[in-house]
Amino acid sequence: MHNVHFNTVVEATSRLCREACFVLEPDVVAALRKAGEDEVSASGRDILAQLQENAAIAARDDIPVCQDTGIAVVFVDVGQDLRFTGGILEEAITAGVRDGYTRGFLRKSVVGDPLTRKNTGDNTPPVIHWRVVAGDRLKISVVPKGAGSENMSALKMLKPAEGLAGAKQFVLDTVSAAGPNPCPPLVVGVGIGGTMEKAALLAKEAILRPVGTPNPDPALAALENDLLAAVNGLGIGPMGLGGRVTALAVHVLTFATHIASLPVAVNLNCHAVRHKTVVL
Amino acid sequence: MAEPVLISPPLTDEMVSGLRAGTRVLISGRVFTARDAAHKKMVALLEQGKELPIDLSNQIIYYVGPSPARPGRIIGACGPTTSGRMDSYTPQLLGRGLKGMIGKGFRSPDVIQALQEYRAVYFAAVGGAGALLSGCVRAAEVVAYPELGPEAIHELTVVNFPAIVVNDIYGGDLYREGCRQYAVNK
Repeated sequence: MHNVHFNTVVEATSRLCREACFVLEPDVVAALRKAGEDEVSASGRDILAQLQENAAIAARDDIPVCQDTGIAVVFVDVGQDLRFTGGILEEAITAGVRDGYTRGFLRKSVVGDPLTRKNTGDNTPPVIHWRVVAGDRLKISVVPKGAGSENMSALKMLKPAEGLAGAKQFVLDTVSAAGPNPCPPLVVGVGIGGTMEKAALLAKEAILRPVGTPNPDPALAALENDLLAAVNGLGIGPMGLGGRVTALAVHVLTFATHIASLPVAVNLNCHAVRHKTVVL
Repeated sequence: MAEPVLISPPLTDEMVSGLRAGTRVLISGRVFTARDAAHKKMVALLEQGKELPIDLSNQIIYYVGPSPARPGRIIGACGPTTSGRMDSYTPQLLGRGLKGMIGKGFRSPDVIQALQEYRAVYFAAVGGAGALLSGCVRAAEVVAYPELGPEAIHELTVVNFPAIVVNDIYGGDLYREGCRQYAVNK
């Protein structure tokens, strides 16, 4: 049986928080470079060049890519044959977030209560999404999520009669209404189906897929291409100052749903698509 | 692209009248940081008929909540935050002489109108370029509300801080104009 200790999870989670905020993954860096080649607006190209320079400085100096180092969203896949030792797994992940945000000089952006709004001081608690999966491994993905883009995300319960056209329109309406606020160029996560909360979770999970990799389902891959072209046709461009690269990618995930439902969730992510994963 | 215009606060009416939507600028000198909590406190003081802790006449406010500075460094990452959260407070500060704001994202129709009335401008900086922009900051000092931590009002000394005019005193709006210029289906 494979054992994973509390302290191992604390250290791994802490490192993921820091690395996610300092170092953009190669897929994101490549997407920004390609965007710089594709963009027709001169000011848009200038911004994309600044974003690439920014990523290089952040990685070199251990300084966050963006000062909004987010609330820590953590996806955890627990292998059902795994044995966890030394404490409670949820507490280990929380302790890792606390350590990572403190030791990494990351901004503490979490208030303990949404109405009274007092800062917790250590960026805990994280938002954790659990899955029990086959095997004996523990997979942890940390996705620090900034508020600029999260606040412009949206969910709508469509009528089934609105169908694919309605779903596409809702994605376009959401990106259009967001304009410059979520720091385009975006990665647009779209969740279609399930229930209200399932669609939202699918939209968030969709952001985790490496930028530029096609959807394994050919029909959804075609939908993603259609949506990307339509989003880039809005003219919003880098930072909303006008241009043809409004999004680096659109990622869609779907799930079974009720005969009477068509939930569509759109989770916007800024160009700093921060995610780091470890398998223990 | 035209070369950026070099500007330094205090901003005069004459300087502001030359800044049109789309003009790129490099800002050097002193700017004040403030975001939601500091705005709320300042406007509460004004509503009680009291003085502000800083003199905003002809000054620039930068909407930013920096990440903590590592030991030996001046500041952490310090890119702009979403300006719209400050919209409800902004006209009152413009009434006290505020001449410029740096942030990112849409302003409300009320703010866009107030910019024309009070002859002030709204600049956008590149959101998510916090590491790059930290290199423009030469000094940072808390000057009000230290209890607010990253939301305290800091006085930043910046050199060649890059920004672009989004909303000017003539009603110009770069977000609207830029988007219209590049939209495929108008």
